[in-house]
Amino acid sequence: MAKQTQNIRDDAGLLKKLLEQMLLIRRFEEKAAQMYGLRKIGGFCHLYIGQEAVAVGAINTIDLKKDYVVTAYRDHGLALACGMDPKRVMAELYGKATGCSKGKGGSMHLFDAERHMLGGNGIVGAHIPVATGVALKISYKNEDGVVLCFFGDGAIHQGSFHESLNMAKIWDLPILYICENNQYGMGTDFSRVSSVTDFSVMGASYGIEGKQLNGMDVIEVYAEVDRTVKYIRKNHVPSFLEIKTYRYKGHSMSDPATYRTKEELEDYKKQDPILNLKSYMLEKSMLTEEEFKNIDKKYRSVSEEAVKFAEESPEPPIEDLYMDVLA
Amino acid sequence: MAEKVLMIALSPTMETGTIVKWNKKEGDAVESGEVLCEVETDKATMEYESAQEGNLLKILVQEGEEARIEDPIAIIGEKGEDVTDIMKEIGETRAKVHVPEEEILEEEKHSAVIAAEEEQAGGEAEGEVAAVSERPGIALESREKEEAVRIKASPLARQLAQQHNLDLKLVKGSGPDGRVVKRDIEAALKQPPARLIQKPAPSAVIAPEEIPLSGKRKVIAQRISESKFSAPHYYLRTVVEVDNLMAARTRLNKGRDEKVSLNAFLIKFTAEALKRHRIINTSWGGDRIIQFGTADIGIAVAQPDGLITPIVRDCWSKGIIQIDKELKVLVGKALNNRLRPQDYQGATFTISNLGTFGILEFTAIINPPGSAILAVGQIRREPMVDEGDNISIKSTMILTLSCDHRVFDGAAGALFLKELKEMIEYPIKFLY
Amino acid sequence: MPTITFREALRQAMDEEMARDENVILLGEEVAQYNGAYKVSQGLLDKYGPKRVIDTPISEEGFTGIGIGAALAGLRPIVEWMTFSFSIQAMDQVINNAAKMRYMSGGQFAIPAVFRGPNGPAEYLSAQHSQALQSIYAHAPGLKVVAPSTPLDAKGLLKTAIRDDNPVIFLEAELMYSLKGDVPEEEYLIPFGKAAIRREGKDATVVGFSKPVTMVLTSADRLAKEGIEVEVIDLRSIRPLDEHTIYESVKKTNRCVIVDEAWPFTSVGSHIAWLVSKNCFDYLDAPVELVSSEDVPMPYNHRLELAAQPSVKKIESAVKKVLYIEQE
Repeated sequence: MAKQTQNIRDDAGLLKKLLEQMLLIRRFEEKAAQMYGLRKIGGFCHLYIGQEAVAVGAINTIDLKKDYVVTAYRDHGLALACGMDPKRVMAELYGKATGCSKGKGGSMHLFDAERHMLGGNGIVGAHIPVATGVALKISYKNEDGVVLCFFGDGAIHQGSFHESLNMAKIWDLPILYICENNQYGMGTDFSRVSSVTDFSVMGASYGIEGKQLNGMDVIEVYAEVDRTVKYIRKNHVPSFLEIKTYRYKGHSMSDPATYRTKEELEDYKKQDPILNLKSYMLEKSMLTEEEFKNIDKKYRSVSEEAVKFAEESPEPPIEDLYMDVLA
Repeated sequence: MAEKVLMIALSPTMETGTIVKWNKKEGDAVESGEVLCEVETDKATMEYESAQEGNLLKILVQEGEEARIEDPIAIIGEKGEDVTDIMKEIGETRAKVHVPEEEILEEEKHSAVIAAEEEQAGGEAEGEVAAVSERPGIALESREKEEAVRIKASPLARQLAQQHNLDLKLVKGSGPDGRVVKRDIEAALKQPPARLIQKPAPSAVIAPEEIPLSGKRKVIAQRISESKFSAPHYYLRTVVEVDNLMAARTRLNKGRDEKVSLNAFLIKFTAEALKRHRIINTSWGGDRIIQFGTADIGIAVAQPDGLITPIVRDCWSKGIIQIDKELKVLVGKALNNRLRPQDYQGATFTISNLGTFGILEFTAIINPPGSAILAVGQIRREPMVDEGDNISIKSTMILTLSCDHRVFDGAAGALFLKELKEMIEYPIKFLY
Repeated sequence: MPTITFREALRQAMDEEMARDENVILLGEEVAQYNGAYKVSQGLLDKYGPKRVIDTPISEEGFTGIGIGAALAGLRPIVEWMTFSFSIQAMDQVINNAAKMRYMSGGQFAIPAVFRGPNGPAEYLSAQHSQALQSIYAHAPGLKVVAPSTPLDAKGLLKTAIRDDNPVIFLEAELMYSLKGDVPEEEYLIPFGKAAIRREGKDATVVGFSKPVTMVLTSADRLAKEGIEVEVIDLRSIRPLDEHTIYESVKKTNRCVIVDEAWPFTSVGSHIAWLVSKNCFDYLDAPVELVSSEDVPMPYNHRLELAAQPSVKKIESAVKKVLYIEQE
């Protein structure tokens, strides 16, 4: 549940939760990478390593019983932060019948209707209008919900982004547009293709307030998203956050990421969100090394179990080809 | 807890990798994300980043050595941990691993997909029967001539024709390009039996009693009358020396279990002669002459209750031995009354051989849709006079060709018969 | 039975469904204050208010995606495209999102959205405003596609579309909006996947849908004077397709002409022509004929424009062709 900003830094229970979720995502993604390397997972696999603080910080501020999350294809981290079962996510990556999308979606199309996790969308930027439509429903039904719409720096120049912000503003829709700027749209440094590089001002074209955050600090992400979500709930206006983050791996598994230097990567790794939080908690005696090790071990083992589950799960039968085309 | 470090796919197409350099040595600490070693793949030399953390307890694949995807290349665990158990496990799997039949994951996936596809396709319909009208033509003839003879008919018309035992060749098509369509079949069926085809049969022996006419007999009577009374028949007769033919046949049949019949030879020679005299392989079409694109030669076979002419189709593309094979099957069926309409309807030319009955010569009635029929008599020995007025004993056979004067005149018939005679007398001639 | 226009029938359908289910909303350009670019949504704003009848900016991709998101979340939006020519900008949303989200999520979601508007050429509107796009939408699995040709069908099919839990592409036509027809007062629904036999006949089967159906019936009347009785099948529903009715008719008449206003290369008409050729092969006395638009962009000049489209004459000619009747 959400907390007052000043208390977050002292809330050991909350911080531990954030740490655990980030470690879960980190170890899960590493396992997924490994399994991709062993050809158990095919096609595209967009890893969230390095960006954990964004999903974890943001999603812990909302209530998935009334709020919604929509994201693009770098969705493993968000899915796990929404509380989806790692076993079922891994099984989906493996394409098995026990996967969360019954093996029909794959890495880019993780969905969970119950947890209001609406994908997992493959076309850059095309989910932004869809997320806005979800907010339309909330507004129409006078509900108390908020939509968190995540997308990358690669999507912000799509027409769909601009059309959506305009309509969200004219209709006062309760949606928070979060741009996870990991600074590279696939292989392109965002500054090369952006007329304006401070994305937080892009909402201004539509009268939408925007702010820029450091996505390597989970506490900052949590605090700011929490504040913004509360504001949206109260005032029924859309808002925008540019969260600057970094992905350690390439755009996807087949990207050797030669467009950035090793030094740059090492610099960001020094700001690793997990290690950052760990240092802070150790300092404040909220955590011991032993505890950290145990947590880490726990999530390594969760990831192993997820792989085991996926390996042992059956393939979907051929008849599934024709299922769920139409309602 | 000691863990295996496995070789992973560092490029999408990599199958094996060679360790170029170990960046860590046994006993070193390893952090997640650190480069363990450099691996040469099919594409380039890539860095292998460790997904695991701990101490590099053992290196299993040395610099310069190769490993396949999923092979263990090292062991990582707690510093100082005992690796005996895990080594044992690796040793055992290694022993099993190098079996040639072991499938790579990719192949497994592929064969699973193929198996699934085959399973799926199992219930699918089989291939279709080749189109009736497309028969392999002779290499020598032009496509256009063949096209001119191809029967075009709508699927419905074909169905109806078959249902009513109608020969499409004789139905005039009113559709584009002469396509036979439903109304043409309907018209044909309304007309008096003139248009209907069946085999003509010689009259049965009449006893001083009333034999009721069977349906078959009625139709034969109608058809044979129609043929005789509408086609103005004329007859050409020639005597053929068959010593060479007999010798050829004997040579061929030496050592064969299945002896090739004389009729097979006659069919082939006739076919070759027809090839050179296309005007004989025709049909009177009322307002045009239909020249067939294949030689479908019928041979008269005596049945217990009549006569039938099973047809060897497309004799231009078959050799004597194959013709004989087919003929034997057809004759067998004929004697058991097992022939289907397509086996005896539509001969472009017919041969009737009464030689075995001791008939020296005779004139036959043309079997529609053809314009000619060849009557073959008995082979006998007789004295022949050659150019030098020398007399010698030869085996001879009389051939009588009945011809439809509407289609071709005496000269044409004579040239054909002459060619046929020459071929039979000097078989090598048909290679010219 | 009252006689109303096609436009009025559509309005009634939306009105009744909005009254029945508060989750039904309408969004599109000019649908609210302007009362609809073609006056189809006349009076709906006054009755239901701006929260339910929403004027959008000109952002086809955006508001189509919003409709899809709203449907995903539980509303039943009707998205109006001013013409289907403008829907091309929104095609990514329809084909990649609406048609596929259910499948990709393993069946977790339904997208009960209706996408409607005038399809096909009107008059004098030139190339970019004059295309019939049923082929493109019918191509993607995951969508339903329907095309009424009468006010009665328009009302019944639109009500069914709104109640359907799947994304439905609803094809109208500008030149049909003023078409009059009898429509019952009591409530009725027309199911998808059921074609209507507009006219019985034994000589040839003519299959059509949407605006051209009127033209087909006119040709049928003219042919009847020459003693040719054609059976006219109005598909009404393209996806799902009523194959059974088509095949039964062709088996009876042995001849088939298909009329489809779109371009001929890979159209709904050419696909149905193949289906008939395949499934009625032994019953056909002639090849299947397709009467379509000419394979060109629509010209402005009116004579050329008419020549580019199906016509009563072209339909008659096709029928005579399959009957092997000589023509000049």
